[in-house]
Amino acid sequence: MTTEAFVARPRHGAIARIRGWLANPWAQPRGLAVFTWLYIAWSLIPVLIAVQFSFNAGRSRSTWQGFSLRWYVSDPDLSVLHDPSLRLSLIQSLRLAGLTMLVATPIGVALAIGLARWRGRPAQAANFLMLFPLVTPEIVMGVSLFLVFTYLYDFIPLGTWAQFLGHVTFSISFVVVIIRGRLFAIGRDYEEAAMDLGASQIDALRRVLLPMLAPAIFASFMIVFALSIDDFVISQFLSTGAETITIPVRLYSTARLAPSPALNALASLMLFATLIAITLAGLFLRTARRRQAARGGSAVQDLAKLEF
Amino acid sequence: MPTQEGGVVGEHRSLWPALAVPGVAWLLLFFLAPFYAIFAVAMGRIDPIFLQPQPEWNPYYWDPSSFRDVFREIFTGGALGDTFLRTIAYVGTASALCILIGYPVAYYVARRAGRWKGLLLLLMLAPFWINYLMRMLAWVNMLDVDGQLSRLLVALHVLPEPRDWLAGHHETVVLGLVYGYLPWFILPLYAALDRIDQNVLEAARDLGASPFKAFLRVTLPLSRQGILAGTVLIMLPMFGDYYTPNLLSGSPRTRMIGNWIDFFVNSTVSAGGQGAALTIVLMLFVALIMVYYLVSVARATREAKS
Repeated sequence: MTTEAFVARPRHGAIARIRGWLANPWAQPRGLAVFTWLYIAWSLIPVLIAVQFSFNAGRSRSTWQGFSLRWYVSDPDLSVLHDPSLRLSLIQSLRLAGLTMLVATPIGVALAIGLARWRGRPAQAANFLMLFPLVTPEIVMGVSLFLVFTYLYDFIPLGTWAQFLGHVTFSISFVVVIIRGRLFAIGRDYEEAAMDLGASQIDALRRVLLPMLAPAIFASFMIVFALSIDDFVISQFLSTGAETITIPVRLYSTARLAPSPALNALASLMLFATLIAITLAGLFLRTARRRQAARGGSAVQDLAKLEF
Repeated sequence: MPTQEGGVVGEHRSLWPALAVPGVAWLLLFFLAPFYAIFAVAMGRIDPIFLQPQPEWNPYYWDPSSFRDVFREIFTGGALGDTFLRTIAYVGTASALCILIGYPVAYYVARRAGRWKGLLLLLMLAPFWINYLMRMLAWVNMLDVDGQLSRLLVALHVLPEPRDWLAGHHETVVLGLVYGYLPWFILPLYAALDRIDQNVLEAARDLGASPFKAFLRVTLPLSRQGILAGTVLIMLPMFGDYYTPNLLSGSPRTRMIGNWIDFFVNSTVSAGGQGAALTIVLMLFVALIMVYYLVSVARATREAKS
């Protein structure tokens, strides 16, 4: 039985349709389409509901009592703006993400260029080392950083500095992956042309390669920002108390003990910050593609590859 | 003007290693050294007076007693042994569900979505950029005794009275794991399915295969590596998860290995050695999965070449 046989012979009634579908579910992917949209709904609606209730006028997280910004700004004690524990975690998350972004991106860009051009055994070893953080379970990294700051680098106290060092460590590899993708797409021709025309190696790097990489570098800044804001395990293992609790750690410790719409408001703020950063990263990557007039694909697909 | 080594005239070969140095140094200091610290603490001793772990940095003096403790606990059916089996059961069930739900979705988006592909891809990627803890918080809200799910089920007369889904139920934790990690399974599978050449499928159809048969004999085998990659990608973090069971149940009945590690390392100073030893056991477990994956990828590449 082929697809055409079913299409050609018109049948009536739902039962016939279902029978046709059962005999050949791949003919018309309507069932698949429904399944996919249901999955998408299941994956996103709970989060949308959580965001909705951050705007609830009442204290409930399941009964809608009208729209208000009470849990963001107006409640004098419990809003994100006025509850010190929520406000501090927001500040801590933004501070860590900003700092991590500024340090991890330049290190990662340099490492990506170095590894893409440097040949030989040490380069292979360095490449191997760079890939490891990408496959190490976060809990292993969390435990290892906790132990090293407790017993070996005990001059660095647990807390903000340890968290910052940990965040940079897992971010570097992501930057390398993004930049390396662009480096392969650009190739060496432009640099070599510049050097044939008399530019020194450093000039070729500075005046040809880096400008061509600029969009990918901006995208890296944004993605590191998002990764750092998003991190939970490492922040938790390296936190010491009230001032070093980031938003995800706050969600973890408060979600079951003392949930309130203010917690949803805090989570929503984090969501908005991440989405802005990722949208910017997508736009930058699209610029990079446009400039090079690469064929096919889209910025979304770039991001898809990156995450893998 | 390429030179014989493939470089260019005027190239300073030392520039490339110099660019890599800061990154490599950083990874040595803050990735490799901490890794070693796990071993040093696991193989160290406990200070008898302060009851604090004393790491042993010199492998010559390593003392495996923490390992003995952990292994005894695991294999004599202690609480740790139960946790181990439970973790494997959770991860196994959740991975199987991920494959069952994820395959049709990835298949549809990659091959059948038509003009909706871009939008679906965007929506499929959205969970990546929503914080994991926030996604769990969303379910904590919904699964609470007076949350939306209980209300809905009571209103539909499925349940006689609201149920507290968060009171230590296995199915809640597995649901949480599936919900949490499914996007990470779908993405590599999507990539694998997207790469399949349409001509191959058309050839199968031209040679008389029904669409279903073409799927079974062509698409499915060609996406096997994607299924494997996705499964490995979600199994690695799932084995180390401790926050999902803690947020969605918090009961000792649903503890996973990660919960013990978290407890040993974060809550009890004197158990640091056991925590480190358990982390190493977990690492070995995860490494086994990784090696299996790499071997099977290598085999697939060899087969593709020959």
